[in-house]
Amino acid sequence: MSDQALLRIEDLHKAYHTHEILKGITLDVQEKEVVVIIGPSGTGKSTMLRCINLLTRPDQGHIWLEEIEITAPHVNIDKIRQRIGMVFQDFNLFNHLTALQNVTIGMAKVLKMSAKEAHEKGMWELERVGLVDRADHYPAQLSGGQKQRVAIARALGMNPHVMLFDEPTSALDPELIGEVLTVMQKLAEEGMTMLVVSHEMGFAREVSDRIVFMENGVIVEQGPPKQLFYQPKFERTREFLWKISELYGKDEEESSE
Amino acid sequence: MQDLAFLFSYLLQGLGVTIGVTIIALSFGFVLGIGMALLRVYGNKLASTLAAIYSTVIRALPVVLVIFILYFGISRIVDLSPFLSGAFALGFASTAYQSEIFRGAILSVPQGQMIAARALGMSRWKSIRYIILPQAIRIAIPAWSNEAAIVLKDSSLVYVIGVPEMLRRAEYVSARTLEPFIAFGVAALIYFILTFTTNRGLDYLERRYKLQM
Repeated sequence: MSDQALLRIEDLHKAYHTHEILKGITLDVQEKEVVVIIGPSGTGKSTMLRCINLLTRPDQGHIWLEEIEITAPHVNIDKIRQRIGMVFQDFNLFNHLTALQNVTIGMAKVLKMSAKEAHEKGMWELERVGLVDRADHYPAQLSGGQKQRVAIARALGMNPHVMLFDEPTSALDPELIGEVLTVMQKLAEEGMTMLVVSHEMGFAREVSDRIVFMENGVIVEQGPPKQLFYQPKFERTREFLWKISELYGKDEEESSE
Repeated sequence: MQDLAFLFSYLLQGLGVTIGVTIIALSFGFVLGIGMALLRVYGNKLASTLAAIYSTVIRALPVVLVIFILYFGISRIVDLSPFLSGAFALGFASTAYQSEIFRGAILSVPQGQMIAARALGMSRWKSIRYIILPQAIRIAIPAWSNEAAIVLKDSSLVYVIGVPEMLRRAEYVSARTLEPFIAFGVAALIYFILTFTTNRGLDYLERRYKLQM
């Protein structure tokens, strides 16, 4: 295993009651790498992301973020989470706060920035996702795509070293998916390290450095998009990829040309 | 006519007691009620059970009984005026009802809110303080408004330990003038105005801070 890996996951296990979700996941993510995780639903993709920022405690195994073992006992969970941005399927914007306040509350209350500093940085983060004109809107007044972009800005506001995306476009109407993917692609180009659970094959093919195919709690196969699409080692990988591409991939293929 | 003016001014002297008791009891119940609700939802097993028992027991008792117990029991140990003793008794009772109101409100804040707050690096307490409670309090306003009206009216019960609030004064007047309808009618009118304005004010807050989800 390479020493420079930004994120190292080793032999991760997690079970709920007797049902084993993760059966030994080992994965390295390099700095600035964009990794897309795919696989049938219920195979533990989201559970793995939630283990990485310790929203879920793994039963067994280790995770290192920049040489610090975050699964060790007595680590400061809150400190670790500040360096890991998380974007959820259903946005989870704070309903009582405006778009700008959603972005600044972490800066103010966790990073202890002054109100002025937080405001400036908050506006800058909204600028990055193209929503400065929505700064004073409440979540209920935003479209799904806008909500997700605010959620991305909120995570970016904490200056994370890695960003986790848990099916960021699955709850969106088809016509709103593009704006979120565009923001994510821009982030990738800026060199953000990203771990993305998604079925957006267009994004996986165009933007990711590596696709990881998970099934039944294990990593079946991984590699650069071209390899997985055209020379997969396992028939199962090919089967899944093409099935998903048919279901989800059409629009992006057309739009990415 | 002069009698009526006298009646009004005499009853209004009791208004201060009514409002004072109500404000003390409601604020007391607000702070402790939120505290108990937090224990119920986020506390460990012991704290949560104790809070639940408190709420169940107090809500099973007539408020008058709580007033008597506090006044005759505790005021022997601590020197409390009947006014404060009555106000605190109503506060203890209101704590139980308000803890139920806030518990329900906290539980109705979507779970994703806490998860998102923790994912940002907020501690549990910060998440509660800045994300959960501000939403829960907004959700609780309609039920809280109802509780405020109840406490306002229950404040008349402190007369049982000799605090001369409005109802007590109306009784004096009625006994002296032998015109109970007028004396109690005026008292009723004042209570109505108080309750009506309070609820109107809370309705405004409810609209102003309504959460859209």
